[in-house]
Amino acid sequence: MKKKNGQLLQGNEAVVEGALYAGCSFYAGYPITPSTEIAEVLSIKLPERGGTFIQMEDEIASIGACLGASLAGAKSMTATSGPGFSLMQELIGYGVISEIPMVLVNVMRFGPSTGLPTSPSQGDVMQARWGTHGDHPIIVLTADSVPETFEMTVKAFNFSEKYRIPVILLLDEVVGHMREKIVLPAEGEVKVVDRLKPEMPPEWYAPYADTNTGVPPMAAFGDGYRHHVTGLVHDAQGFPTAKPEEVISGMDRLFSKISRGFSEVCLTEELYCEDAKTIILSYGSAARSARDAVETLRADGEKVGLLKLKTLWPFPKAALEKYANSVETIIVAEMNRGQIYREVWRVARGRWQVGKALAPYGNMLTPEMILDVARKVTK
Amino acid sequence: MYKEIRLAGSGGQGLITAGVILAEAAIAGGHEAVQTQSYGPEARGGASRADVIISDEDILYPKARKFDIFLALTQEAYDKFRADLAPGGLLIIDGDLVDPAGDLDAKSVHITATVRKNFGDRMPPNVMALGVLQGLMPLVSERKLLETIKGRVPPKTVDKNVKAFKLGVKLGKALIDQPAAPSNEADL
Repeated sequence: MKKKNGQLLQGNEAVVEGALYAGCSFYAGYPITPSTEIAEVLSIKLPERGGTFIQMEDEIASIGACLGASLAGAKSMTATSGPGFSLMQELIGYGVISEIPMVLVNVMRFGPSTGLPTSPSQGDVMQARWGTHGDHPIIVLTADSVPETFEMTVKAFNFSEKYRIPVILLLDEVVGHMREKIVLPAEGEVKVVDRLKPEMPPEWYAPYADTNTGVPPMAAFGDGYRHHVTGLVHDAQGFPTAKPEEVISGMDRLFSKISRGFSEVCLTEELYCEDAKTIILSYGSAARSARDAVETLRADGEKVGLLKLKTLWPFPKAALEKYANSVETIIVAEMNRGQIYREVWRVARGRWQVGKALAPYGNMLTPEMILDVARKVTK
Repeated sequence: MYKEIRLAGSGGQGLITAGVILAEAAIAGGHEAVQTQSYGPEARGGASRADVIISDEDILYPKARKFDIFLALTQEAYDKFRADLAPGGLLIIDGDLVDPAGDLDAKSVHITATVRKNFGDRMPPNVMALGVLQGLMPLVSERKLLETIKGRVPPKTVDKNVKAFKLGVKLGKALIDQPAAPSNEADL
């Protein structure tokens, strides 16, 4: 129902709209609260558009199906929550080393284990970074509103296609279930990126060869470019190798293709940071409370700013370091026991104090909880 | 305008749908609105609540904290959240399900009983409750609300819901002129 004043959509519905806008044509998943509406709505909308929706037997099969569909050329997505996200970890690594684009939405709920099924939390931040084993790069995005959820879903597809890597969209229950106003962009209004396809003859194609961006073009199964895909470390042709020079060049390229894109991938938003002595750093639904607290403190005449993370990993270090000479304290506001807090502390290296305003018990972080911490710092 | 509304009761009463309808009608009316919810794992029974904030500016924290309007459809909901009603706020209770124990602010309506009598046992009280609210304190135009109700309730129940809403409006309006619940002094 499109209306001139915009429409009321749920965060999970905005994921669906963003995915379809970005060209998603394949979804495989196993429903779980608070992500279920993503599967529910896509089960109607994907078949209508000629896409494929499969309800799988479990989450391991779900991510496997998405990786397979992507190898066959489809933009693919799955959505889950904590327990399902744990099951998907191994194949995230497979997607990273085989350089398969896909989007994995984790609408976080309170854990560990089945935890508090309908209560909000941001407890999967470190799992999103390090859940799969081995050194690996990863891109993890987040959002604090329904319109931003749409925006970041499109970006998740774009980054996954451009850098050939699974991208995790890490939402929390509040944003996933919240309904608010959104004006959906028209076709062509927001940039949509498609993976680079090989143009050379099939016999010259090396699916894992270095390029000037570090990202090799990707042929779809069926395009006539025969190639081998494996989770083992592989050479430029995709065949397993343990030769040191091939391991070094292959693994270094896996990281450098992402680090070359840091300036594009690391997204943040700032409010009143230029003259701020105290910066409140937050993300997801907690960032709404953080902005509320910052507006209150500014009205009281305090020099306080807001730094909102839209990208969690790679950690947007440069956005903090920009204020290394002016900020005295950065307070991290998040709904866990301090997962990004530790990261900010690591980046600070003593150049600023690091405080925390946490909500680790399944409740949403409130502006008052942040104000309590901030007023102790600013007084 | 800035209004915080909490609709609280138990699963199956349709309060989340009521919240969605209210927020959607507010947006259709050109306002900003945010709707959030909290519920247990049960489909029926168990505590359930929906919050709606309607504003003409950006809404940051999305949950209701000091309610301008509080609808309580169970005793548990009333007991748990009554203290968070803003001074002078509007309190609507289902008179058969909530005992307000002398709470002079409570606007008591027999919502569930009236719905059952007129529309049968399977009809939830949510849309009539929206009507009562509309009768007492219109937040958005009645036309926009009716349009939204038609788009959000199951297609086969549209007529019944429109009637329930209109009956609710009548019950709500009737309460405006009525003096507040009789005070205990009269009994002395």
